[in-house]
Amino acid sequence: MRRFLRGIAIPALAVALWETGSRAGVLPMDTFSRPSDIAVAFAGAFADGSILVATWQTVEAALAGFAVAAALGILVGALLGLSPALERVVGPSIDAVRPIPSVALMPLTLLLFGFGLQMEAWVVAFACVWPVLLVTAAAVRGIEPRLHDVSRTLELPFASQLRRIILPAALGRIVVGLRVSVGISLVVAVTVEIVINPRGLGYGMIIAQQSLHPELMYAQLFWLGLLGWGLNVALTRAAGRWHAFAGADAEV
Amino acid sequence: MRRLPQLQWLGAALFAAALLIAWQLLAERQIISPVFFPSPSRTLGELWRQAAQGELWKPLGETSLRMFYGWALASLLGVVLGAAIGSSRAAREFLGPLLEFLRPLPASAIIPPAILFLGLSNEMAVAVIAFGAVWPVLLASVHGFASMEPQLLEVSAALRLSRAQSLAKIAIPGALPEILAGARVSLAISLILAVVTEMQASQPGLGQNILLAQRSFRSPELYAGVVTLGLMGFLINHAILALERRLLRWRAAPA
Repeated sequence: MRRFLRGIAIPALAVALWETGSRAGVLPMDTFSRPSDIAVAFAGAFADGSILVATWQTVEAALAGFAVAAALGILVGALLGLSPALERVVGPSIDAVRPIPSVALMPLTLLLFGFGLQMEAWVVAFACVWPVLLVTAAAVRGIEPRLHDVSRTLELPFASQLRRIILPAALGRIVVGLRVSVGISLVVAVTVEIVINPRGLGYGMIIAQQSLHPELMYAQLFWLGLLGWGLNVALTRAAGRWHAFAGADAEV
Repeated sequence: MRRLPQLQWLGAALFAAALLIAWQLLAERQIISPVFFPSPSRTLGELWRQAAQGELWKPLGETSLRMFYGWALASLLGVVLGAAIGSSRAAREFLGPLLEFLRPLPASAIIPPAILFLGLSNEMAVAVIAFGAVWPVLLASVHGFASMEPQLLEVSAALRLSRAQSLAKIAIPGALPEILAGARVSLAISLILAVVTEMQASQPGLGQNILLAQRSFRSPELYAGVVTLGLMGFLINHAILALERRLLRWRAAPA
């Protein structure tokens, strides 16, 4: 309880000062707005559903990009992890592309796809693929060699090797990479919307700012904060549960 | 099982060359559109022209400087705040939940409010970069300061070191490895946000240049900018890795 009170003390004090400062005319309304106005704008954006539509547009692009990144990252990562020779040949080319900041690709995907879901999703995919790929390659490389012996003895075809042996053995660590990527996907999607793409929450914030509705902008910022925080908490919980499960599995 | 390292290097170089040659041929035969995928020779030619005529250096310097200012501010804030939070439970309890809420917030989401307060200015860009880049350093230094060896604390008490002395001689060197690792991640984030703020707020630099190149369909210029940014990302990562090795040489000494 004391922890909770202490944790909430500074934000509560800041909001109280903000509200009174704004009512006393010390804080200019056009930049600071006012917490009570922001709360009204927040409720209004939910009442007319606009914020939910924007949220879906952002989440849709983040998920699409993440899905592509997860599929590609796991596939290529598994191949590189299985074959050290392949990794030595292909690895340097991959390392050369990896340091490109994902946002530098925005003009490029805009050129290719125009505005909309696709250009955003591809930038997200580029940003999200690296954690999955690197973790998968490392995890597959670290698989117990005896498991490979087993699959060779059973003469499993490659597809069922992948499905029955390699992926289950590496999954615990792959999940860690996926978790990092999910977090990145939301951040990158919002960034693309703020900079160029006219859809979603990021664009909503920019429009609210430019049309002199700071209260709406702050409401969307707060909502984005809640989304990011919720996603983070959910992923931490899920990872904890997964590790409990995977850990128990590994003991057997 | 040992193979010649030269052979591996050759294989890797051949693979990369094969990719580029395939791209070159496909673009020259117009099988892939040279507007969207200009041939590597045109991109490299453009890059060479920019470097030779000196057009490259100004935006490169502007982006680097912006990135560096934001990163320096983030590192300073991160270490100071991290030291406070890491060594005081009260600070952890008061600030922890607030920081937990702010941390997952996409850094670019504070661009609109930052524009409101600071306008489309360089200060705005630096503030946004610092906000986004502070987290890795902050978390690393919180952890570094919180996990100090209790024996070292006893030593500093026995030597009657003042608070500042014990900070400078014991706490900071102890936390340094983690702080540097955090600072490396922060620098990569700083580069990304420097590009983002240049595009959004029309600040001069590489980010703005590639956006302008796209708008006028000058795709070799666009690709040249992307290549430059990739090189920058690669170089800063390796520069700070080298710095880490240098600063942390004492740790490698045999125990």
